[in-house]
Amino acid sequence: MQGRLKGIYDSIIDGDQAETTKNVQQALDEGLSPVEILNEGMVKAMAEVGRLFEEGEYFVPEMLIAARVMQAGLALIKPQLVKAHVRSSGTVVAGTVKGDLHDIGKNLVCMMLEGAAFEVVDLGADVSPDMFVEAVKSNGANIVAMSALLTTTMPNMRVTIEALKAAGLRDKVKVLVGGAPLSEDYAKKIGADGYSADASKAVAVAKALVAA
Amino acid sequence: MGNSRFLDLLSSGQKLVADGATGTNLQARGLERGLPSDVWVLENPQQIVQLHRDFVAAGADIILTSSFGGTTISLEHSGLAERAAEINRRAVELAKQATAGTDVLVAGSMGPTGEILKPLGKLDEHVAIAAFAEQARALTEAGVDLLVIETQFDLQEASAAVKGARSVSSLPLVVSFSYDRGTRTMTGVKPSQMCREISALGVDVLGINCGRSLEDNLKALEELYQVSSLPIWFKPNAGLPRLDDEEKPIYDVTPEMMAAQVPEWLAAGAQIVGGCCGTSPEHLRQIAQAVKA
Repeated sequence: MQGRLKGIYDSIIDGDQAETTKNVQQALDEGLSPVEILNEGMVKAMAEVGRLFEEGEYFVPEMLIAARVMQAGLALIKPQLVKAHVRSSGTVVAGTVKGDLHDIGKNLVCMMLEGAAFEVVDLGADVSPDMFVEAVKSNGANIVAMSALLTTTMPNMRVTIEALKAAGLRDKVKVLVGGAPLSEDYAKKIGADGYSADASKAVAVAKALVAA
Repeated sequence: MGNSRFLDLLSSGQKLVADGATGTNLQARGLERGLPSDVWVLENPQQIVQLHRDFVAAGADIILTSSFGGTTISLEHSGLAERAAEINRRAVELAKQATAGTDVLVAGSMGPTGEILKPLGKLDEHVAIAAFAEQARALTEAGVDLLVIETQFDLQEASAAVKGARSVSSLPLVVSFSYDRGTRTMTGVKPSQMCREISALGVDVLGINCGRSLEDNLKALEELYQVSSLPIWFKPNAGLPRLDDEEKPIYDVTPEMMAAQVPEWLAAGAQIVGGCCGTSPEHLRQIAQAVKA
């Protein structure tokens, strides 16, 4: 990677919003395609931010800042992406499950997914199975992303999956789960399609799910 | 409130035992999945009193009120914000009921709001300060012996909590952080940073609670002890849970395993010890035995 794309990549990792928007605007002015800017500059930068987080180099504040910077860059290319009929990666309905009020992790996942060009419908915290079902219907979502921070609330993930089945929607959506007390095993046990240990991995998992 | 038995005990050098977990024990006693434990203060107070009594019987010198999520901001989510003062007051009454006729101290528990302060998050600092002040006032007026601002991860929010508490209460103040990314909090705070920033606000005790494994918590304790001139509060989790076939959390750290580490905790500078998530009354009984051995 070099030149303008490298500039975008570096400035997102540094959390430098002014530098990022300047680089993105210049890239557009120079005729780079918005898709290239998105995939080669921004998405790769966020993947690196995720890696740094996993390694313990970055913490939640650095992730939040990078995601915000990325969104500022994304706002500049969005009109052109729409014009070019670039389809989004998919529509995600996201929320922290019923009874659970922890939404910091879920917010990070939403920002990272938006950064990776998903359309995200954020239902907030304490989301009931019915609310998930309704949101899938009304938004034509293809991914449901559920978060739980408590061992006491995580069983509501299974309840939500059952509700999706009962509503005849289970075949239409992929279910992605995550949160501190979860594990890959648990995700399998409750019949989720994907599990991510943290926000940075959620993007890769979501992409793999829509590609599958 | 010039004289505090808590501070006197600390300055005499005595080792103290704080209680074990609230949430995981109430769940084991039937707290419905998905319900914050503060709700039981209103709906199932007998169970809260019983858990307090079990910790007192196990040898606790200090028990914490069931008011962890008792700021208006946190209670907002369960539609109970308007009853914040009542919940905090009731939580203290229940703890006092359980400690009646004993020397056990009652500590008012104050957990995080669950939101992130500006500019990273959406919460205004003055709103956070006001919410913590309101909780501290209710706990203080109801007669707790000290306030414990616990499971903090962000310096900004913890500072807001201290400022709020100090604006309405002159009770002894413990501030305890959760190092759930090893020896850093989720926002990256190290024990040394926490010590510098929080000590400067004029608190009485610095602490570590919750976190990750016992090993990581011990490392964090050693780091804190190197830099802190204040007494240290230490309530680690009984390790991290796994789930059994019925999806109930199982903490693999047995009471024996936890108690075996107590001498190390004390040697590493902890003056007040107890346990967080997964610490049953039996865990605490063995911890207390080890402290008083």
